[in-house]
Amino acid sequence: MAKTLLVNGVEKTIDVDPSTPLLWVLREQLDLTGTKFGCGIAQCGACTVMVDGVAVRSCIMPVANLAGREITTIEGLATDDATPHPLQQAWIDHQVPQCGYCQSGQLMSAAALLQRNPQPTESEINSAMEGNICRCGMYGRIKSAIKTAADGMPKNRPAAPALPAGEDADNG
Amino acid sequence: MGKWTRRAFLSAGVIAGGGILVGVALRPGNRADDVAGLVEGDGEKLVHAYIKIDQDNVVTAIVPHSEMGQGAQTALAQMLADELDADWDLVKVEEAPAIGEYAFYSIGRGYLFKDINLPGIVVPTIEGAMMMLSDSLDLQVTGGSMSVRVTGTYGMRVAGAATRDMLKRAAAKEWGVPAAEITTEKSMLIHDSSSRREPYAAFAAAAAEMTPSYTPKLKELSDYKIMGKPVQRLDIPSKVDGSAMFALDIRLPGMVYATVTRSPVFGGKVVSVDDAAARAVNGVLDVIPLPASSADMMIGGFSAGEAVAVVANGYWAAQRGLRALDIQWDSNGNDAVSSAQIATQHQQDISLSADRKNDRTQGDMQAAFDTAEKVISAEYNVPYLAHTCMEPLNATAHVQDGKCEVWVGCQNPLGFRRAVAEALGYKEDQVTLNNLLMGGGFGRKSRPDWAIQAALLSKAVGKPVQLIWSREEDVRQDFYRPASRSNFRAAMAADGTLTAWENTYVNKQEPAEAPLIPYAVDAQDIGYLQSPSHVPWGAWRSVDESQHGFYTESFIDECAAAAGQDPLSYRAELLKDHPRHLAVLDRVAREANWSHPLKQGQGRGVAIKESFGSIVAQVAEISLVNNEVVIDRMVAVIDPGFAVSPDGVVAQIESGIIYGLTAAIYGEITIEDGAVKQSNFHDYQALRMTASPLIETHIINSGFSPGGAGEPGTPPAAPALANAIFAATGRRIRELPLSKHIQFTEGYRA
Repeated sequence: MAKTLLVNGVEKTIDVDPSTPLLWVLREQLDLTGTKFGCGIAQCGACTVMVDGVAVRSCIMPVANLAGREITTIEGLATDDATPHPLQQAWIDHQVPQCGYCQSGQLMSAAALLQRNPQPTESEINSAMEGNICRCGMYGRIKSAIKTAADGMPKNRPAAPALPAGEDADNG
Repeated sequence: MGKWTRRAFLSAGVIAGGGILVGVALRPGNRADDVAGLVEGDGEKLVHAYIKIDQDNVVTAIVPHSEMGQGAQTALAQMLADELDADWDLVKVEEAPAIGEYAFYSIGRGYLFKDINLPGIVVPTIEGAMMMLSDSLDLQVTGGSMSVRVTGTYGMRVAGAATRDMLKRAAAKEWGVPAAEITTEKSMLIHDSSSRREPYAAFAAAAAEMTPSYTPKLKELSDYKIMGKPVQRLDIPSKVDGSAMFALDIRLPGMVYATVTRSPVFGGKVVSVDDAAARAVNGVLDVIPLPASSADMMIGGFSAGEAVAVVANGYWAAQRGLRALDIQWDSNGNDAVSSAQIATQHQQDISLSADRKNDRTQGDMQAAFDTAEKVISAEYNVPYLAHTCMEPLNATAHVQDGKCEVWVGCQNPLGFRRAVAEALGYKEDQVTLNNLLMGGGFGRKSRPDWAIQAALLSKAVGKPVQLIWSREEDVRQDFYRPASRSNFRAAMAADGTLTAWENTYVNKQEPAEAPLIPYAVDAQDIGYLQSPSHVPWGAWRSVDESQHGFYTESFIDECAAAAGQDPLSYRAELLKDHPRHLAVLDRVAREANWSHPLKQGQGRGVAIKESFGSIVAQVAEISLVNNEVVIDRMVAVIDPGFAVSPDGVVAQIESGIIYGLTAAIYGEITIEDGAVKQSNFHDYQALRMTASPLIETHIINSGFSPGGAGEPGTPPAAPALANAIFAATGRRIRELPLSKHIQFTEGYRA
């Protein structure tokens, strides 16, 4: 079944079984391998991407549901190649990654958080990041980096669109 | 720092194609041609087996250790670059290829002989033996916290210093000035009085013609410019934009995907497979049975059972196909084994104590117990643990024309290459192994079972195959930290002085010293019994140190309580002859504000454990909120001798603590009907952000031999937490995971 997906602002034609989760379409059809497989059941957050600005676990998101939706992966987080997203810069400044495998998902969860809430409280950060496991245990650095990025981001950003029905930022 | 006593052969030569190489041949004979062809790129000169310098003066450190998150590659590059006086902004790092020339015999020596400060007189003999041993034992291993303390000290620093010396001599010859008048700075050669100043690159070729020094002078601590300084890790930028290459990210033309299942009961054999439904799944290409595998390697020896794989045009189709298989397994008579039964067996084996082996016996145990004012005893136990690396096991293999190429992230590239070759019936040189970044390792990725599966699948289908294990397979077909039990008895004098320490436990692996205590107790009897089960064993971050850290540091806390003394000063009293331990303990007391009283419902616990050459103490600070435990803070102090990469050491301690706390609070693999009950992160949980404590880490650079960082943070975490729970509640929990005995809160701290 051929259909189109809007990924990082580019229309992509894919031909897969409609039950295929977005994760495998990104990785195997579109060669966007920055999004990682960790558990397959939305428990670890390694596969997190943004769909219409909301963090979702792509390992359980059938691609059939995504026609016309705006998908953003780690490869599309920076608006241009030369300038990292403030979160990516903060990740480097705080030397966050160890093995690095979970970090695409961590960054996408954090990006979705800051997009709808540029000045999150500690408990809002905890809540938004609770679905992302880091087996290297870099939670303290991740939290510090999110705070740094939030401090450097423009205040009073327009609110992100409301969550689409049936989806939640913490669906993991 | 001990003097450099290596007796490697150093050799020089011009290689085909005009590239120039001077290298340390790691065994007798000049292997330079092999090495240069594999590691030199366009415009690069291999000046030393571990050092390339290119036309733009970029220095590349070639490191024989893999990267699983521990940051060792950056630390090793720091050691090399500092001795070379390289410009750190122009330093890159590259992992050595999986070929015998990079099987670093220093690692073998560190592994076998532990003490890397060997007396000079025995060194030539041992070195010679190790040069042969390392070749036969596939020692290109990453584990045992050895990278910095062995390879770095004996390899990287020497390589850097020897190369700097060659560059100076090359420049001296060209300029007609004494080498002693030439100085080096930031990859530049400088002769002040004649105002000459040239980049290393200008003399790389000439240096390669020089005869290298056997014993270059290494820097004194006061001359370090890059070692011990906070540098940014070289691998981090690629890990924030999705471009870092893990094995799972390999894409080859014509590649197909596969997933696999073994018998839920370890070692089970396939009786029959009905694959009609699986083959009907859209995208499924083939269903392939795989034989059991085993390899006899010094590190990572294993055996793994038969399996059935589904090959498809994508992972999703392969996974759906796998679920549609109907497989009958013969469970080898192990289908009634349970965790409860194994625990009973451990208890019985200790009670019978037949064939008990000793780790340490000293003093008069009988007299100490006969005259004791007080005798206390306690029994501890821990469950099996899985590793659950973030990156599920995967490997890509392409077998064609009698050759096999493998892409994998592993802790033992040479061992994997050999195991794959053996499984295919190939010679080792018919297998090329490309080692990529690991999404976690923790010991699991020292066993090559899954890489063998990938190679066999590619051979069977005649295409490149990417084999991806499901998380469920990863949890259920691991090599586990063993379940074990440790029983204690201690004798005390009237003033609380510990006079005898008796300890019998089951299931010893390594390191041998893990159950030993540093405390001054005259009479000690520490011994063990092997009480095997069908559950496969594997090294798990810090190996035996993790369970013995929990056992011994909990029981010494019980002794302090029985003596009515403060647990930290009780330990300090028993560590009078261990100044490094004492300094670590004093520092953690100060940093944790130990003497400052806590509020009702709060508690502090301390633990100290030496492992892998470093001494780590931790204080856990907890609160009880509605009778649920919240871990507020962990304060850690490490004496690693010298921290080459201070922020890297801090990060490793943070990581080791979270790994240890995860296991202490949640970690339990349960055996039921011979199989693992848990399957994924919902029932084999990991600590998440909200429950993770604030961690403060402090480093003591004592100047002793360098110790490890990747593992020593883990062993003290569980006992520090259990001791804090005792302090706060009066409850002594002697079994992990702690959440079976006390409720932990999610710990939102707004």
